[in-house]
Amino acid sequence: MIRDITLGQYYPADSVLHRLDPRVKFIGTMIYIISLFVFKSWGYVLGTVFLAGVIVISKVPFRFMVKGLKAIMFLLFITMFFNAIFTPGEVLFHIWIIKVTKEGLILAGRMGIRLVFLIMGSSVMTLTTTPNQLTDALESLLKPLNKIHVPVHEISMMMSIALRFIPILLEETDKIMKAQIARGADFETGNLIKKVKNMVPLLVPLFISAFRRANDLALAMEARCYHGGEGRTQMKPLRYTGRDYAAYGILAAYLALTIAIRVFLHW
Amino acid sequence: MSIKLEEVTYTYSPGTVYEIHALDHVNLEIGQGDFVGVIGHTGSGKSTMIQHLNGLVKPTSGRVLYNDEDIWADGYDLRSLRFHVGLVFQYPEHQLFETDVLKDVCFGPKNEGLDAEACKARAIEALEHVGFPKELYDKSPFELSGGQKRRVAIAGVLAMNPDVLVLDEPTAGLDPQGRDEILDQIAYLHKTRGISIVLVSHSMEDIAKYVDRLVVMNAGKKAYDAAPKEVFAHYKELETMGLAAPQMTYIMHTLKEHGMDVDVTATTVEEAKASILQALGR
Ligand SMILES: Nc1ncnc2c1ncn2[C@@H]1O[C@H](COP(=O)(O)OP(=O)(O)OP(=O)(O)O)[C@@H](O)[C@H]1O
Ligand SMILES: [Mg+2]
Repeated sequence: MIRDITLGQYYPADSVLHRLDPRVKFIGTMIYIISLFVFKSWGYVLGTVFLAGVIVISKVPFRFMVKGLKAIMFLLFITMFFNAIFTPGEVLFHIWIIKVTKEGLILAGRMGIRLVFLIMGSSVMTLTTTPNQLTDALESLLKPLNKIHVPVHEISMMMSIALRFIPILLEETDKIMKAQIARGADFETGNLIKKVKNMVPLLVPLFISAFRRANDLALAMEARCYHGGEGRTQMKPLRYTGRDYAAYGILAAYLALTIAIRVFLHW
Repeated sequence: MSIKLEEVTYTYSPGTVYEIHALDHVNLEIGQGDFVGVIGHTGSGKSTMIQHLNGLVKPTSGRVLYNDEDIWADGYDLRSLRFHVGLVFQYPEHQLFETDVLKDVCFGPKNEGLDAEACKARAIEALEHVGFPKELYDKSPFELSGGQKRRVAIAGVLAMNPDVLVLDEPTAGLDPQGRDEILDQIAYLHKTRGISIVLVSHSMEDIAKYVDRLVVMNAGKKAYDAAPKEVFAHYKELETMGLAAPQMTYIMHTLKEHGMDVDVTATTVEEAKASILQALGR
């Protein structure tokens, strides 16, 4: 089913990055984000080269990478603007009563690059990994928390179920809406109170269907003797292969280089 | 009354990797008093096509005309179109929401702007048309059986007094008796009220029994559009589309091959019986 994965933004393609173990991609993203906050100036050249390389390898068209940026455009603008005007330092020029400083511009630029790269970096992960793989990776990485009685398996099970159900409920909403519009329902016009009232014919069938589905699922799990994480094996267990170790090697090298650049060159 | 689809093409999620071309240059005309059947393999685009008839989806390209007016032209009143072209969906669960049956059926007429009295009169009339028992009128629609829910759903659309009634698999999940009852009611409405019917079905037998014209969909394209007998003559081609002619068509063709002089266009048991008896000279 294609529509299973409409949530998130998985882009199916045949690349090394897609085949990589999701744990590697998760840790890789973390390392990349850390590196973005370690760099101060020229270090971002390394960050850019790394990101560009990963994007090329992923075989995902560039326009999908920048899609995520649209959502943070406003945040990005605000952050850069306030950094630029509220940082004290050497005044470059005045606009009315606003002082723009050299330090402010540098800080704004750095924040901008960090935010943009952060979003694009995590997009690379979500574009090449299905939501289910991601929850598997999280479960596996968080397993040590089991020792302190955190129900890791249950949490990740709930996450996968929620992820699985969101597209189904969206589709259901679409169908119910169409069925009611076909009977002359109006979801668009009117003031707020009227609009909320008009939602009733949509919400009642939606809730009923959600409860029914939840009930059916619980029954189906019960019938298959589901009993939580203890002693449970997986259909597709995560196993590292040569390619994953190689990726870890590259990530380690990248991290070392990042720290070296910061410590020795102060970039 | 007439509905026309002109070169209608529809694509789900255009511009993404999940693009699906559900309809491909479909032309269709539905006239006053037509009884049109639509068949096609699962995923062939039937539901997508009928959603164009009342403007629920906008064609990616092509035009939809109601009484020769483009329904997607600026300023066209789509909402009033929906009271003329009644669409009943595949699953009644998608539209039942009120506390009792009568109120639920009133929803359509109420949206049309009728007063409470008129709504109720319409609702009762519609419920009678679909053969829904009176004593269940103030029951919650969620406590009904599948077949009863289906009837309420159909009544909910009928109560708007549409000129065209479009039904998406109205008999799925019904027992044979319930199925015949509903289809008989629909045929009766067609005859007495003169409304046009578009019936999507997976059952060749139902189609053969009721419709005057049969549209066959295959992979988003219209494959045939003719009288059922003519379409069933292509039973070999239908099989390549994952469909089949009514069982009688096969029996009659086999009898013919074995030298019996029967009418191969017979599709119902009655027609076949008459033709075989005649061939036997009785
Ligand atoms: N909401 C949707 N989003 C994306 N694709 C869809 C959607 N609805 C239908 N499709 C796709 O469009 C194609 C046609 O679907 P449609 O529902 O029109 O088929 P159908 O002939 O009604 O099938 P069935 O007999 O199973 O009801 C299918 O390939 C289907 O997967
Ligand atoms: Mg359908």
